[in-house]
Amino acid sequence: MILFVIFCPIIAAILIMVGAPARKTALAASVLTLAAALFLLASFQLLQRDFQHVTSFTISPEWHLSFSTGVDGLSLAMVLLAAIVTLAAVWFAGKIEKYEKAFYACLLFISGGAIGAFASIDLFFFYAFHELALIPTFLLIGIWGSGNRIAAAWKITIYLAVGSFILLLGLILLYQSVPAASRSFDIRALQAAASLGQISADAQRHIYLLLLIGFGILTSLFPFHTWAPEAYAAAPAPAAMLHAGILKKFGLYGLLRLAIPMLPEGARHWTNLLVVLLLANIIYVGLVTIAQKRLDWMLGYSSVMHMGYIFLGIASAGILGVTGAATMMFAHGLSIALLFALAGELRKRTGTLIFDELGGLAKVMPFAGLAFGLGAFAAIGLPGFANFAGEIMIFFGAFKNGWEIGRFHIFQVATVLALWGVVFSTVYMLRAYRKAFMGMLNERWNGLVDLRTGLRVPVALLVGALLWYGFFPQSFVRMITPAFRTYLTANK
Amino acid sequence: MITAPQLEIAVLLLGMAILMFEAFATRVDKRVLAFAAIVGLALILIASFFVSPTPSPDRATGLWNFYTADKLSVFFKQFALLTTIFVLIMMIDYAPVVRASFPGTTDGLGEFFSVPIFTCVGLMYLVSAVDFIFIFVSLELVTVSFYVLVSFTRKNPVTLEAGVKYLVLSALSTAFLVYGIAWIFGATGQTNLQRITEALANPNTDHSAALLGVVLVLVALGFKIAAVPFQIWVPDVYQGAPTPVTAYLSVGSKAAGFVVLLRVLRPFVTLPQMQRLLVLIALLTLIYGNLAALPQGNLKRLLAYSSIAHSGYLLIGVVCLDGNAVVFYLAAYFLMTLLSFAVLVIVAQQTGEQISDFDGLAKRSPFLAFAMLIGMVSLAGVPFTAGFLGKFFIFYAAILQRQIALVVIGVITVGCGFYYYLKVVRAMYWQPANKAENIPISGLSRLAISALIAATIWLGVYPQPILNMLKR
Repeated sequence: MILFVIFCPIIAAILIMVGAPARKTALAASVLTLAAALFLLASFQLLQRDFQHVTSFTISPEWHLSFSTGVDGLSLAMVLLAAIVTLAAVWFAGKIEKYEKAFYACLLFISGGAIGAFASIDLFFFYAFHELALIPTFLLIGIWGSGNRIAAAWKITIYLAVGSFILLLGLILLYQSVPAASRSFDIRALQAAASLGQISADAQRHIYLLLLIGFGILTSLFPFHTWAPEAYAAAPAPAAMLHAGILKKFGLYGLLRLAIPMLPEGARHWTNLLVVLLLANIIYVGLVTIAQKRLDWMLGYSSVMHMGYIFLGIASAGILGVTGAATMMFAHGLSIALLFALAGELRKRTGTLIFDELGGLAKVMPFAGLAFGLGAFAAIGLPGFANFAGEIMIFFGAFKNGWEIGRFHIFQVATVLALWGVVFSTVYMLRAYRKAFMGMLNERWNGLVDLRTGLRVPVALLVGALLWYGFFPQSFVRMITPAFRTYLTANK
Repeated sequence: MITAPQLEIAVLLLGMAILMFEAFATRVDKRVLAFAAIVGLALILIASFFVSPTPSPDRATGLWNFYTADKLSVFFKQFALLTTIFVLIMMIDYAPVVRASFPGTTDGLGEFFSVPIFTCVGLMYLVSAVDFIFIFVSLELVTVSFYVLVSFTRKNPVTLEAGVKYLVLSALSTAFLVYGIAWIFGATGQTNLQRITEALANPNTDHSAALLGVVLVLVALGFKIAAVPFQIWVPDVYQGAPTPVTAYLSVGSKAAGFVVLLRVLRPFVTLPQMQRLLVLIALLTLIYGNLAALPQGNLKRLLAYSSIAHSGYLLIGVVCLDGNAVVFYLAAYFLMTLLSFAVLVIVAQQTGEQISDFDGLAKRSPFLAFAMLIGMVSLAGVPFTAGFLGKFFIFYAAILQRQIALVVIGVITVGCGFYYYLKVVRAMYWQPANKAENIPISGLSRLAISALIAATIWLGVYPQPILNMLKR
């Protein structure tokens, strides 16, 4: 079943390339993928800590390299996110003017690559699947992008290529850091070696730094974030949804999957650096976001800013903060996909996303206005949305880290500063909402039509998932905490 | 059972037979000769899988004093045969250009198809050579046949310039090789690599004289593999030579150069100066090749600089003395370079060799555009292609040996590579087409290109067959 989830989009993409009808095949494949992901969720054993639904094919015995896939709670959550966002992105894509087949094939390749990366328990394929998205992203932005698409496409491609090669160095070093006899690409074997203390503290520091830079570039950690807003502004909406919603979570997922269990000493060593960088993400990028004059750039920067919260949860290295980070990854993926989808629809109808030219659109597009409002509220972190659950866990988790009565340590200061980020996101989200949807309606937009009924389905899907996990975060938390319980203690 | 030397003899006889046939049968379509050569080489390729093992080097007598048939050499004999087959297929596509460059005559094509067979013999001998004299002789066989091939369409001034440059600089590098061999012989009294190793272990041997000798040999081999600072000839010769010959130069000649380099360096690795020198050459080659490739607008020239860049990555493997990583990289390089050149040969005849001539290829021929896409992303090093695994093994070896400088420069230059290889992808997919009509592809080329695409992806996902072959 897990192989089906990975290869359904990829096979559909190949079928489209050799001649199957593009949109129908893509929709069918993404519905099937979501159904299969839901099946995985239904048959998932909550109490079990190990990977489930494991399949494995040996590729190279002497390198201990095999194509192994399986899910634990964390990766299942990510696979589910990927399946939901893929369906929404494909649904929103609609009719494409030029090279329709290539467009849908690219979308499905990105999605299949992301799912493959989340579901791999082999380090090599974990890495390789993520890279499957690189060339399709380049083509998506280059062929179908808007605005400054050429510069944006080069920037994202070069950044991500270099970032992933730095990551590759870290992964190779990780592989070599255990004694030759137990070297393996299998993440479970590496975790076992790490829990026996076979990775020396010195090696951990080096590996963690490489992973932090590599994953940091992929996740737009300050100061490696400049590719993200530009690329998301230029990308066609479905590509931005997939990239900001799913692919950017790969770096965070990698830190949760590799750094937390295997490199605790490395994490401790670089905590201060990471905290400074993530505060720059929240505060500096937050202020930059407020200054944006275009909706697409604002959304791009906001997605960079929210990565700061997730990094805070990861840096806190306690079970509460890490669970919050995972929840936030899931919630942010859904909310940013929703916002990018609506921004794409606006661009399709008005041809512009400059705030000063928009205004009062809720009068002519009430449904879009409602949906954007919900997405914005979710992104701010209003209670009732999954984002709130994630943020509050991150803040409590981070605040508790190293807490002593009467004394503030770095994490307490960081939490206080990060809370200001909530204010920033309220400012820019509500401002965007007011400028685009409230106020006086520009006469040019009198003739605009609201989202068709067909397009309301993916919106409902995304909002529904956000609300469900907002009101019942426990169902999500129960799924992912067993993945961390072995490595982190609750009272840290 | 077949012994290894019989393979070369068979190829040699094939070449002579085709040359004789060409001389007497003046009326037939010369492309028949190419098909005959392809079939003959394919048969020899099959035979090469049944070669009996060689005697161990310390008990070697007679021929086996200077000739070995170890797994490395058999692998590269197959490599040379396959390369020649693909080059001949490209030459069939290229035949109209050659014919057009000799207006009013029918001659030319026959030699164009038969000379590569002699180059192939040279390459096959070269990878088996374990004696400096034999290395020299087979290297000359390769080089002399390349003199002919590089300047084959001699009416074209650019080709002629390439031919002269190649001739002069190649002769110079040969001189360095002979001089270096003389020094090594003077210092150790031996030409056989195995005996040289033994002589170097003897404290009475003059190590500095041997070192000077091997540095001179390194100059000559640096010329063959296009390592900085011996790379000056590469862009001009690659651009000027007929495209199939360029492909042959960049794959066959380079692979043989690296095999010889691995063999020749083995006795000298104990000398610490050697390692430092090689690191320096590798760094320069990486930086020069990748930076110089960035602004290129001519695809053949771009591939020339990319060939220098890939020598840099291969040299990282040589520095770490990881023969398997080098061989795997060469196999990957073979696939992706031939793939790119095969598409280039076909497209260049319709439009031209500039990258802008590839504009909108995705509309005109989705198949060729996809083939070029795979070739380029593999050269850049995207996972699930052979090129990525090649880089993976190289970087693995470098990290294991803590060659920090090489790794850092390697990663930065990989970033450059993404830019210039994707420039081609951009032209094919982003830009609108200048012309609308489709590009015709012959059945044989379509088969060859499909095979190369499949092999590039197959090796990127499942490298075990090559790893097994090297282990045996």
